[in-house]
Amino acid sequence: MTTLIDFLVKPLSYPFMQRGLIAAVLVGVVCAVVGTYVVLRGMAFFGDALAHTILPGVAVGYLISGGAREPLFWWALGTAVLASLGIGAITKNARIKEDTAIGVIFAGMFALGIAIISTVRSYAVDLSHFLFGDVLGVTTQSLVWMGIFGALVLLLIAAFYKEFLTISFDPVLATTLRLPVGVLNNLLLVLIAVTVAVAMQTVGVALMVAMLVTPAATAYLLTKRLPSMMLISAVIAALSGVVGLYVSYYAGITSGSAIVLTATLVFAVVFVARQGRGRRKKI
Amino acid sequence: MYPHIPHQPGQPILDLRRVSVRYDGRAALEEVTFHLHGGERVAVVGPNGAGKSTLLKVVAGVLRPTSGEVTVYGSGPSGHVCIGYVPQRSQVDWRFPVSVADVVMMGRIAKLGLLGWPKKRDWEFVHAALATVGISDLSARQIGELSGGQQQRMFIARALAQEAELMLMDEPLTGLDAPAQEGLLALIGELQERGVTIMVATHDLEQAARYFDRILLLNHKMIAFGPAADVLQPEKLLEAYGGRLRVADGKLNLAALDEPCCPEEEPHDHAH
Repeated sequence: MTTLIDFLVKPLSYPFMQRGLIAAVLVGVVCAVVGTYVVLRGMAFFGDALAHTILPGVAVGYLISGGAREPLFWWALGTAVLASLGIGAITKNARIKEDTAIGVIFAGMFALGIAIISTVRSYAVDLSHFLFGDVLGVTTQSLVWMGIFGALVLLLIAAFYKEFLTISFDPVLATTLRLPVGVLNNLLLVLIAVTVAVAMQTVGVALMVAMLVTPAATAYLLTKRLPSMMLISAVIAALSGVVGLYVSYYAGITSGSAIVLTATLVFAVVFVARQGRGRRKKI
Repeated sequence: MYPHIPHQPGQPILDLRRVSVRYDGRAALEEVTFHLHGGERVAVVGPNGAGKSTLLKVVAGVLRPTSGEVTVYGSGPSGHVCIGYVPQRSQVDWRFPVSVADVVMMGRIAKLGLLGWPKKRDWEFVHAALATVGISDLSARQIGELSGGQQQRMFIARALAQEAELMLMDEPLTGLDAPAQEGLLALIGELQERGVTIMVATHDLEQAARYFDRILLLNHKMIAFGPAADVLQPEKLLEAYGGRLRVADGKLNLAALDEPCCPEEEPHDHAH
């Protein structure tokens, strides 16, 4: 028993682990709740692209601030909001298919980000932090802003619950009810963007889509109502954050990948368990 | 509260004047002109791709006409929340995690206003609507667990919860078995008795003739609009359906027109 407690408590004696745990849970919950809409609306590719698209913004911020971490949140936030609205506008008006347009923009922006970062001498280490996250490097100041913006996202998701539900399930109904569908769609894109900025330091841009999609997809398999899907998704994400961080600590794996792997494992277990049940029920 | 323009008395519930819709230069609707008075039951018939769905969407204010004018009670449809739109079942994500009651409650949200939450009165509306369409016992079910007929009833209940005065239904009978079709047609009759004006897109001319007050025959242009006896004339049907029409023994073979437009409905649990 004492060894188990030791096992759980010892990492917490490090302040960076405490901050890391708070960050992992916070990011997990916000991503998971927003992620339910990403999953239900089939926006996984958009989420992945958006995360990658912020890299040049983060890179510029990194150059200007001379390597300091705190300003990067604001650079990520600004770039993500601009990119989300930009991608939204282009996919609405472009003469090419939506996923093609997103693909072109996201790869181009991502390349630009890498190019900018590669001009710096120590770029390999910093680039890997941007790509895969560095939850243990989160400062208290960053954590406060992540908390404020994460709470804001959750508040707006709750406040516009019935509107987001309706535009996602039946946009035609939303139009006949004369909801401001365009504004609400853009608001949802901005909320996904803010979420991406909040999560950037924890999981990095390359693994972001897993935080948005995996816990929500797991919850989707387990429930038939949206509120419970959000709740289950949040719980799975928070647990994956905690478990992943401990795994990272003891196994010496990068934190972002450990968190994502934990969430993926949960998904795999649920998927296999459901598969058997679903087949029996279907026939 | 979302904008809702007061109805002007004496105005037709729906009035279309030379309404055209073009996609990339191709006409989906051409110069369609007609009007409806309250409480009518109208079937919109025509071949696949004739513009039936486009017409309903223009009337709902979901699509803007390229030219021409649509008015509902004397003003444009985008100022009205009294138009209920029942989508084609193939257009719906039946695995979406919502219950039947959730979907019907969506009809109330214009009345709730931004940031408003359902009150007791709204739940009463939802339960009354579910009772009217006869699926009260299914209110907690996930929507994919319903049969095709029950799914249509759910959307009609949603339109009732919306307090729709004009109900637009896109191919509601497609893919339903005969008893479900009969039940739905009977329900449409009940709605008419409540004073709801109904436009139904269908490809079944016999049902259109038997159950609807007027038929609107459409093939991009409005070919005819009136009682079945006037509309279902060989020369008009030939104009609408062209070579797809089969004339046997000098009499029209209406059954030949009953072309299924969609693949068989996807499998789901029938919860009867």
